[in-house]
Amino acid sequence: MDEEYDVIVLGTGLTECILSGLLSVEGKKVLHMDRNDYYGGDSASLNLTQLYRKFRPDQAPPTELGRDRDYAVDLIPKFIIASGELTRILVHTDVTRYLEFKQIAGSFVYRDGKISKVPSTEMEAVKSPLMGLFEKRRAKKFFEFLQSWKDEDPATHQGVNLDKDTMASVYEKFGLEPGTQDFIGHAMALYLDDDYKTKPARPAYERIVLYTSSMARYGKSPYIYPLYGLGELPQSFARLSAIYGGTYMLDKSIDEIVTDANGKFVGVRSGTETVKAKQVIGDPSYFGAGKPTDGGKVRVIEEGKVIRAICFLKHPIPGTDDADSAQIIIPQNQVGRRNDIYVAMVSSTHNVCAKDVYVAIVSTIVETDRPEQEIVPGLQLLGPIYDKFVTISSVYTPTASGKDDQIFITRSYDATSHFETVVDEVNDVWKRVVGKDLVLKKREVEVEA
Amino acid sequence: MSKQLQFKLVLLGESAVGKSSLVLRFVKDQFDDYRESTIGAAFLTQTVTLEDQTTVKFEIWDTAGQERYKSLAPMYYRNANCAVVVYDITQSASLEKARSWIRELQRQADPSIIIALCGNKADLSARRQVSQEEAKKYADEEGLMWGETSAKSGEGVQEIFAAIAKKLPQNTPASARAGGRAGPSGRTGVDLNKQAAGAPGQDEPCNC
Repeated sequence: MDEEYDVIVLGTGLTECILSGLLSVEGKKVLHMDRNDYYGGDSASLNLTQLYRKFRPDQAPPTELGRDRDYAVDLIPKFIIASGELTRILVHTDVTRYLEFKQIAGSFVYRDGKISKVPSTEMEAVKSPLMGLFEKRRAKKFFEFLQSWKDEDPATHQGVNLDKDTMASVYEKFGLEPGTQDFIGHAMALYLDDDYKTKPARPAYERIVLYTSSMARYGKSPYIYPLYGLGELPQSFARLSAIYGGTYMLDKSIDEIVTDANGKFVGVRSGTETVKAKQVIGDPSYFGAGKPTDGGKVRVIEEGKVIRAICFLKHPIPGTDDADSAQIIIPQNQVGRRNDIYVAMVSSTHNVCAKDVYVAIVSTIVETDRPEQEIVPGLQLLGPIYDKFVTISSVYTPTASGKDDQIFITRSYDATSHFETVVDEVNDVWKRVVGKDLVLKKREVEVEA
Repeated sequence: MSKQLQFKLVLLGESAVGKSSLVLRFVKDQFDDYRESTIGAAFLTQTVTLEDQTTVKFEIWDTAGQERYKSLAPMYYRNANCAVVVYDITQSASLEKARSWIRELQRQADPSIIIALCGNKADLSARRQVSQEEAKKYADEEGLMWGETSAKSGEGVQEIFAAIAKKLPQNTPASARAGGRAGPSGRTGVDLNKQAAGAPGQDEPCNC
C-alpha cells in the first residue's frame, strides 16, 4: 500500500462504482476500498446469510426459504427506467456485457382503496378503470398535446409556455380531475410530492415524455431490472474500473481520513498504513455520517429519513394479475400524506429468490415519529407477509463541495423509485472532481479474436 | 450440421502465475515476457473445434487484478461453466493459493462447473518446486482435470483448453449456455444495445 493514487474511492455503492469505473477509463489511478467483505455498500443485494447477519445476527435463516445462494435481496428498491440516464451509461460503458435485464411486468397505481395497472397500451387505456369516459377524452387531449409539442413550432403550444406556466395551470387547461393529476404526476412523472404543481411545467413535461418513451420501448412497463439483483450494477462498474487498472480492496477497515494543516486531503489510514492520493470520493458512512469526524468537522448532515421494509411473500401481490414483478405507487393525496409510498416487487423470474417466493419492498420518506405506521397502507396491499425486515436510514448530504479540501462526498440513496437521481449525483461529483462535465465516450472494445 | 456451443470460462490463481499470459497464448498465440496486468479487455473469446466438428466457443474472463486483495465479485463466478485455476510450478505457495481458489469455486460457483488445475511455467522446470505427482494426486482427489503448461513456449496450452472443451456437456443448446450472457444469440432478456439503436422517436444524445 505504499503507492500513491490519483483518487481513493471509499464504499462500493453504485454511485461510487460508476465514478470509479469512469475515472479509470479516463486514465486515473484509482484505489477503491470498502469496509464490507461484499460489493455494493448500501446498494448491495444480499444472500440470506448476509441478510440475516445484518438484521438478525443471532438467528439463522429458516431452511424453508431454500438455498442461500438463490437469494439476492436488494437493500434499496429501485428500478431502471428503460430510456433513462442510467441505461445510457450502461450502454456507453459497455458494462451491459456483464449484465442481463428483464422487464418489470407492470406498474400499478393506488386509487380509492384499490390498485389498477398504469395502462401500457391504448387498449389498456380504454379499458382502464382509472378514469371515467369523459375524463379519458380529456386525458387523451392532454397526452396528444404533450406528444405533439415542438419547442420551435408555436402552433403546437396551444397558448402554453412550458417555462412559465405552472403544471397546475396546464392540468386546469385540460380540465383534469385531481385523481387524474395524482396518477399523472406520481405514477408517470414519478414525483414524490405535489410541489411540482406550482412550478413551471417543463420538467414535468420531460418526465412524462421519458415515461411514455420508456413504456414504448419494451411494452409491459417502463422499467427494467438486472437478473440477480441490483447489486450486479455496482459489481459490473467495479469490473470496468479493474479492467482499466483500478485496484480493489474489500473487507478493509478505514480508520482515518488524513488531512494536512489546512484541512486538505492527504490520504486514508487503515490500521497502521496510510495510502496517499490527490483526491478522495466516498459515501457519507465514511465521513462521520452526521457526527463530527477527525478534527471536529461535520462533513455530512442529515436531510431526512427513509423507511424501507423488505417483505418476503409466498404469493404474488393480490390484484396484480399474478405479476412476477411490479411497482405500486400510492400517491400521497390518496392516503393523506405529504410523500408517496412505493412498493417494488421482484421474484425468482429475476433470480433474486427461491421459486414461489416474492420479495416486496415498501418504502417512503419518514414524516412522523412512528415511521412503521406510515407504511401500513403499502403493507396492507401485500396480503400475508411471511417475514419482514425494516430499516430506517438517514439521507445524508455533504456540507462542502470538496473544492477546498479535495474530499468529495456522495449523497445517500433517496426515496425515488428509479436511478435518475443517482446519475445526477454521478454527473455532479464528476464535475467537482474532474473540473469539467462528464461526456460519455463509447470506449474502444476489444474485437473478438 | 455442426453444432456451436458457447461457455463462460473463468481464470483463477495467485497474481503473477501467468493467467493472462496463458490466455494470450491460447487466444492470440503470443507471449510477452514483460507483460503487465491486463488492461482494457472485458473478456476474450476463442473457439475450439472438436473431432465431430462441434465448435466450442470460450468466453474467457480474466480477474482484472481483483483477485489480488481477495476482492473478486460474485458476478465473476456467476454462470461460469468452467474454470482454469493456475499455479506456478516454481512456487509451491502458489499451489496452496490454487487450493483455496478451488474451495472458493466449490462454495460460490455452480456445482456442475468443470475445474482444471493448471501448472504453468513448465519451461522453468529446473526451478520446479511442485512435483507433477503432488499436483496430480490433489487433482484426482478433488475430481479436477490437471495439466502443465508453458505460456512462454506454448507447451500444453491448446491441449488443456481442448480437453476442457471435450469434457463440457455437448447436448445443451447454445442458447442455454454461458448463462444466456454470451452474446446476442444467447440472451434471453431485453437487449439494451439493440433497443438503444432502434428506439422510436428518441434521439439518444451520443457524443462518440
